[in-house]
Amino acid sequence: MTPAELESLASLAEGVIRREPGAVARAISLVEDRRRSAEATTVALLHAIAKASDPLRAARVGVTGPPGVGKSSLVSALVLATRKSGRTVGVLAVDPSSPRSGGALLGDRARMDIDPDDLGLYVRSMASGGDLGGLARAAGAAIDILGAAYDVVYVETTGVGQSETDVEHVADTVLLVIQPGSGDVLQFLKAGIIEIPDVFAVNKADLGAIAERAHAELAAALSAVHVGDGSPSPAIVATSATTSAGVQSLLATLDAHRAHLVESGSLAGRRARATTAWAYRLFVQKWGEYGVEEAGGRDAVSAALSRRIGSGVPAVEAVAEIRPR
Amino acid sequence: MPAKKDSPWIMRTYSGHSSPKASNELYKQNLSKGQTGLSVAFDLPTQTGYDSDHPLARGEVGRTGVPIGHLGDMRALFDGIALERMNTSMTINATAAWLLSLYIAVAEEQGADPKKLRGTTQNDIIKEYLSRGTYIFPPAPSMRLIADTVLYTVEHVPEWNPTNICSYHLQEAGATAEQEVAYALSTAIAVLDTVRARGIEGKALADVFSRLSFFINSSIRFIEEICKQRAFARLWERIGRDRYGIDDDKVLRFRYGVQVNSLGLTEAQPENNIVRIVLEMLGVTLSKGARARAIQLPAWNEALGLPRPWDQQLSLRSQQILAYETDILEYDDIFDGSPVIEKRVKEIAEQAWAEIENVGSRGGIVEAVGSGYVKERLVGSHAARIASIERGDQIVVGLNKFRETAPSPLQTDGGADSILRVDPAAEKEQVERLVAWRKSRNEGDVARALNGLREAAKGGQNIMPASIVAAKAGVTTGEWGGVLREVFGEYRAPTGVAGARTSPGDEAALGALRKRVGELEAELGRRPKLLVGKPGLDGHSNGAEQIALRARDAGFEVVYEGIRVTPQQLARAALDEGVHLVGLSILSGAHIELVREVLEQMKRRGLGNVPVVAGGIIPESDAEELKRAGVRAVYTPKDFQISRILGDLVTYVREAHEHAA
Repeated sequence: MTPAELESLASLAEGVIRREPGAVARAISLVEDRRRSAEATTVALLHAIAKASDPLRAARVGVTGPPGVGKSSLVSALVLATRKSGRTVGVLAVDPSSPRSGGALLGDRARMDIDPDDLGLYVRSMASGGDLGGLARAAGAAIDILGAAYDVVYVETTGVGQSETDVEHVADTVLLVIQPGSGDVLQFLKAGIIEIPDVFAVNKADLGAIAERAHAELAAALSAVHVGDGSPSPAIVATSATTSAGVQSLLATLDAHRAHLVESGSLAGRRARATTAWAYRLFVQKWGEYGVEEAGGRDAVSAALSRRIGSGVPAVEAVAEIRPR
Repeated sequence: MPAKKDSPWIMRTYSGHSSPKASNELYKQNLSKGQTGLSVAFDLPTQTGYDSDHPLARGEVGRTGVPIGHLGDMRALFDGIALERMNTSMTINATAAWLLSLYIAVAEEQGADPKKLRGTTQNDIIKEYLSRGTYIFPPAPSMRLIADTVLYTVEHVPEWNPTNICSYHLQEAGATAEQEVAYALSTAIAVLDTVRARGIEGKALADVFSRLSFFINSSIRFIEEICKQRAFARLWERIGRDRYGIDDDKVLRFRYGVQVNSLGLTEAQPENNIVRIVLEMLGVTLSKGARARAIQLPAWNEALGLPRPWDQQLSLRSQQILAYETDILEYDDIFDGSPVIEKRVKEIAEQAWAEIENVGSRGGIVEAVGSGYVKERLVGSHAARIASIERGDQIVVGLNKFRETAPSPLQTDGGADSILRVDPAAEKEQVERLVAWRKSRNEGDVARALNGLREAAKGGQNIMPASIVAAKAGVTTGEWGGVLREVFGEYRAPTGVAGARTSPGDEAALGALRKRVGELEAELGRRPKLLVGKPGLDGHSNGAEQIALRARDAGFEVVYEGIRVTPQQLARAALDEGVHLVGLSILSGAHIELVREVLEQMKRRGLGNVPVVAGGIIPESDAEELKRAGVRAVYTPKDFQISRILGDLVTYVREAHEHAA
């Protein structure tokens, strides 16, 4: 990197922190660049951003759940409610890439009526890309960028499986949205996903009795899963994005989870563990399993990443610093 | 030889533009030419419940139809036309209750007996969610408004067809014959179930059943169309008997009007369209057992722009020749007993019935539309149709085969003189009349009427009486829409593109395209990202959806957020999303105003270098103007090969990237 290049990245980082949408957009496009030659730029940019802001400042909320549960409408309602509470909001919406063409249809939510002149709200969609499913490689970096600019970052993903475990690595609070009468609860139990979320939303609460039954089933399943592990059972909130019912209470529940993390002093630890797991995934994606072996094995790589991340280095930077022999 | 000739169907022309006065003159001309009914086209602000001076109405006033903002406009529209003796069809949906209220109010002023009013309000919101896009409210209150108008008219305007369930727009969106039948009948079931849930039973329910009519499409495959109409009638009777316990044969009769296919009309060699139109009309008139009650035809030059009075006259004359010169009205049903016809009818009926049951198992059409299921099916069928035209499997004369042509004497001057142009001053004058109207009325009456409307909407009383009071008090279309928006909220329907399966069109062309997209990705460092936008009030999203779908299959990342996005929102999305190119689709004719506004808004946000392309029914002279304003390319219906368009987009993105580097 030449000094001029570094300087221009530093000024881009300042634009991000000032919440200029053009700067935020350019920064995310930069970290989306998949070429090897772009790695240094990404690292330098995220380094500059991390230096100029407090990575723990923004609340990072991951929203996930199967397609068709009304998740996008719920996120829209949540975003508008958060914005109304006076906080700025960044949204990263991840949609699946077509395995055949590599292309993707994004932003098919078509539901968020945002004010185009509101500089306190930013919405970006991203294709899941890659062959691993789940979150895009650049998602973690994009969330770092959004977190430097906005008070609350929502990360919306589609699908069941990979995306739930991925989103846990980039969010401090995980919200799972389910639809009554869909058999979702059973699916999640089977997949072991039910242990991940911090908050559950039973959407389409206007369905009445079916919704109440889903609520009860979920509560029973959760008490079975969390029995004896000492952790508080995750909250369940009934919502309806069409009538906006429960949205305020959902927002309050998410805020309470965040407050609990901050007050108990566990936020930094949780973030570092999650970021390390995310960084490890990036490392594997970059070097492959043989690369892990050549770098001393899984534990050694994780430990090396964890050390760097513990000292405040962004995930991509930590990954860039470690190489197989 | 039968003793008596059947009486002909009602002949209409879908028309209206610029102003109530200009449209009134057009209607009188049409009636003097032998037209036997009126078919009112409203402009998009009227259809979506906005006043002519609303920011979203800019460029759209008087464009796709007549602007009706208040009682004075409705009065002027029917000046000198006795409504008691007229049969008027109104293509109006989300605001149907309002326009019907204005119509009833004007009829009463004329001294007409509401019990004698005959005509139709289209009033089918489901197909608006699926295809046409002029919905406003969420499904539940929308279905309630339909039930309100049905129940009101059955009692007070008993000759009126309160809802005209449209399969027309489903075919335009790509529906196969079976899908058209299945989704239209599922919609009728939803209306009847909503009415029944209000406690309407027995004879009252039969009255409602007998007033439901249908508005159907007819394509160039006219034998299949004959069979489709017969399958429709058969299943309608079955639904009446089995689901609603009706046994009166007269009540069970399937009543429908037709507008023949616009989807198959070509911009290339447009004079060929008149032949298509006649053949399509044949399918719905030829046999007595499946003959339309009313027909309206498009004009030969519809793919070029708005038709002129002469173009519409040619279509009317085609109807008159068929009805009055030929012998089709002299015979009983000529297909009764034909095993070939019967076989196809049965096939369509069986497949449609299976899909009706499938929709039922998904909770009915309202749920199946809300979940995106139906839309995904339609987008998929449409993609298959387009692909087969691209491959040349489905022949369209003059478009993908037999393209050679002598210069057309009908289209001198590049076609610029062969369409109707809306006077740009019309919008300004309409707004001036609206402002004067607001000043002239009694504000106390207006406030009271709006309160009454709000209470009715909240309280669940029938919306019609309060709307008629509002009409008489001088309330405007935007005020009526505003109050209901406040009570019911607004809705955005699923776009259906993400879940749609596709057929790739020409596999070889797509393969080559994917390779080019891959090379472009290597140059850009990330996948090329497009924003496909539909600015303005136009809700005809079929074209935009097909572009979005194919672009994904070619390897682009595509941001598509549905219809009715403002230029400001599009420009902001282009900025936030970091797209490489913006594609705009506009079919209302408001392309000059809207595209300019998008360019302006993009420039304001520092996106002056992002290439913009536009697609729609855009006359050549307008295309030149758009290019001078900064649009990189303009596409019209004659550009039927989507893969070729996408190839251009690769070039434009590369150009812009190299220029920036």
